Amino acid sequence: MTTSTPDSAAEVLNIVRWAAGEEVPLEVLGHGSKRDIGRPVQAEHTLDLSRLTGVTLYEPEELVLSAKAGTPLAEIEDLLARHNQQLAFEPMDYAPLLGGAAGRGTIGGALAANLSGPRRIKAGAARDHVLGVHAVSGRGEAFKSGGRVVKNVTGYDLSKGLAGSWGTLAIVTDVTFKVLPAAETEKTLAVIGLDDVQAASAMAEAMSCSAELSGAAHLPVTVVGRFLEGAFSSEARTVFRVEGVGPSVDYRIDLLAGLMRPHGRMEVLDQSQSRTLWREIRDCRPFADGTSAPVWRLSVAPTQGHKVVDAFRRAAGANAFYDWQGGLVWLRMEADPEEEILRELIAYFGGGHATLVRAAPAIRAAVPVFQPQPPALAALSARLKEQFDPKNILNPSRMATS
Amino acid sequence: MSGLHMPKPDAETLRKREEIIADMRIIVPGEGVVEAESEMRAFESDGLTAYRQLPLVVVLPETVAQVSRILKYCHERNIRVVPRGSGTSLSGGALPLRDAVLLVMSRFNRILDIDFANRAVVAQPGVTNLGITQAVEHEGFYYAPDPSSQIACSIGGNVAENSGGVHCLKYGLTANNILGIQMVLMNGDVIRLGGKHLDSGGYDLLGLMTGSEGLLGVVTEVTVRILKKPETARALLIGFPSNEQAGQCVADIIGAGIIPGGMEMMDRPAIHAAEAFVNAGYPLDVEALLIVELDGPQAEVHHLIERVEAIAHMNGCTTSRISNSDEERLSFWAGRKAAFPAVGRISPDYYCMDGTIPRKELPRVLAGMRELSEKYGLSVANVFHAGDGNLHPLILYDANKPGELERAEAFGADILRLCVKVGGVLTGEHGVGVEKRDLMPEMFSEEDLNQQIRVKCAFDPNHLLNPGKVFPQLHRCAELGRMHIHRGQVPFPELERF
Repeated sequence: MTTSTPDSAAEVLNIVRWAAGEEVPLEVLGHGSKRDIGRPVQAEHTLDLSRLTGVTLYEPEELVLSAKAGTPLAEIEDLLARHNQQLAFEPMDYAPLLGGAAGRGTIGGALAANLSGPRRIKAGAARDHVLGVHAVSGRGEAFKSGGRVVKNVTGYDLSKGLAGSWGTLAIVTDVTFKVLPAAETEKTLAVIGLDDVQAASAMAEAMSCSAELSGAAHLPVTVVGRFLEGAFSSEARTVFRVEGVGPSVDYRIDLLAGLMRPHGRMEVLDQSQSRTLWREIRDCRPFADGTSAPVWRLSVAPTQGHKVVDAFRRAAGANAFYDWQGGLVWLRMEADPEEEILRELIAYFGGGHATLVRAAPAIRAAVPVFQPQPPALAALSARLKEQFDPKNILNPSRMATS
Repeated sequence: MSGLHMPKPDAETLRKREEIIADMRIIVPGEGVVEAESEMRAFESDGLTAYRQLPLVVVLPETVAQVSRILKYCHERNIRVVPRGSGTSLSGGALPLRDAVLLVMSRFNRILDIDFANRAVVAQPGVTNLGITQAVEHEGFYYAPDPSSQIACSIGGNVAENSGGVHCLKYGLTANNILGIQMVLMNGDVIRLGGKHLDSGGYDLLGLMTGSEGLLGVVTEVTVRILKKPETARALLIGFPSNEQAGQCVADIIGAGIIPGGMEMMDRPAIHAAEAFVNAGYPLDVEALLIVELDGPQAEVHHLIERVEAIAHMNGCTTSRISNSDEERLSFWAGRKAAFPAVGRISPDYYCMDGTIPRKELPRVLAGMRELSEKYGLSVANVFHAGDGNLHPLILYDANKPGELERAEAFGADILRLCVKVGGVLTGEHGVGVEKRDLMPEMFSEEDLNQQIRVKCAFDPNHLLNPGKVFPQLHRCAELGRMHIHRGQVPFPELERF
């Protein structure tokens, strides 16, 4: 095993050209905070981008930030916070779930994994905020796509194409994101004691009112004690986040409370508790338990999440909680992943996808981590991979589903 | 047509026209095949009317199976296909080709599913943008992207063009508001990307499809996210003695952490044209006019509108009005929304450009435009989506005067070059189409463009779908496939590390 740690895009290009010529597979890493997601990569050479760092452009009034791919996400978030701005897609930190230290991860990794958070339902994911990239394809060709302005339809949006590609199409060396003002304050309304079915209906109702929620999650009894250091009483909480300027937040909390009254008792979390809670929801804190028990991340239609879970539990033991109005399900298995049953149920309940975000390497080598695709779609994805990385040198097999 | 080169028509296809028409009638029985010249005239151009071309034949399928069979048929026989929605493109994206089947999706006009609990609507691609909002507004919902052609443009066309509108900065473009599509590839394969859930399981092919201008596939179904209508909206109409002050006001509003629902700017020629046309009550003694609309919960809008007004005064505005009713708010917009026809009234023809720039470059770009205006001897009026930096310069010309169209086009090209030079892009929302195709090298190197063509090669390796659009030169996929091999030692080796 050898490792290169380039500190310029030109060096990245040289290394990829060499690897393409010699057909040497590369494992592409930033901080490696998400290294254990996907099929384990068998590569002779590691391309470590953690020295490719630095914010190259930040213009708060233009709502734009560019950085080299290996720039720590934490550094960027600190910089933005000093200007009351943020990455509105609220990138989650996988490290605690995967057994690593919190606060690691790079901006390039955020794009490659198309990270998002609870605000996904309102503000989108990394794909919705990336404006442009510079990258090197598996052919050893350097290219740029997009630009630094929000509104741009000039040519194909390769930046989006690289979002969620887990480093298998091209290596991003520089990335430009849209940034947005951070909310002045926030509060959370919690409805107490709902079961999964009641919560789904309460969340659908809440999301359809004009309170402009930036978070809607359901924390069943089985997980609620693991949030806020056990501050919640031992009843389920269905939680709604309201962000904005002070008068607006209070107004909307009142509006929502009026609407939720028939559903059950309520409590309001202040700014500080609210911030902590949504960070814990974002990072899947209840299942960051130091084990490698399999954890699934499901994306389904919001009203279907609890139905998938209910049906699945008839076949396998699992603990679950819900974000994105119920459309994002975090599912921790008691034993095996039970992949086939889960995927059949997702199809039965209207479609979506499941990613086995945590499992021991042997399981990830045997079970498709990412959602297998129907043949015509799989063929198209394979043709795209072939176009950008014909020698299959970039994170080979990481996204393989067979 | 001023110097636009389109792909050379295929003689074999032209020769077999009658046979192809007969086969199309088998695939699409009934009224769905149009071949008479007089009837095909309706389809000879889109919103970019300077360019016209009759297609080989017009086919209007009704089912996904028909679309699949048409594309497979054409794929097997190497026949080109140009897809078309409502034909409102301003960049010639739906311009027919003489040897291509024009695939018109207007009969796909049904809404298939309205799902309020999941805040999603599933629509066929020929449903108009406004039609989606109309289908859900009785429950207080709407579809956010609102291109100015929304009464006519189709949702399938919106996907192809990644359409925007005046509310993009806050609510995003089409790409940020669709959840999924069903589409047909050139080889006839029917695939589904996304659905009512968020994000995709594999590569973000939906992201690549959005804004691909009909070169990658034909959209046969779209699932969009709908939003609850904001509780209220109020607007400010603010006049400034200079473009610089108006520009700084925009920067300060955003700098204060306020993202308005809409923020539009007009320059003096546009203000005067609009006021003469609709009597909106615009001040005529200002150089720049801003319309700032805040929407959301009442408490928020009331709170923010005062802050915006204070920022406007800090930047030396000479007039400032706040709407006190929906009627008044709409009157502020009346002039802006009528800006294009208003300019059409003072000039026989106008040519609408669509560059985007970093906002801070606005004074420099407007000054550059004034110089170019003198150089070309043509006037220009500017409307500007100030929040997101998207400029719409309207170049005034008279097509009946020899050489003026060519001068207008050259002027427009220079404006776009200027946009790119200051860090902007060729097109913010109208698309590349044929109009800006040959300007692509201003923004992209050949290597950059080749990567985009590689996407095309994955979807449509024989370049049969909408050729002649977007790319100045479409390299054959086989040529692009060759790899330049660089053999040698591993560069910059580090110590072994485990």
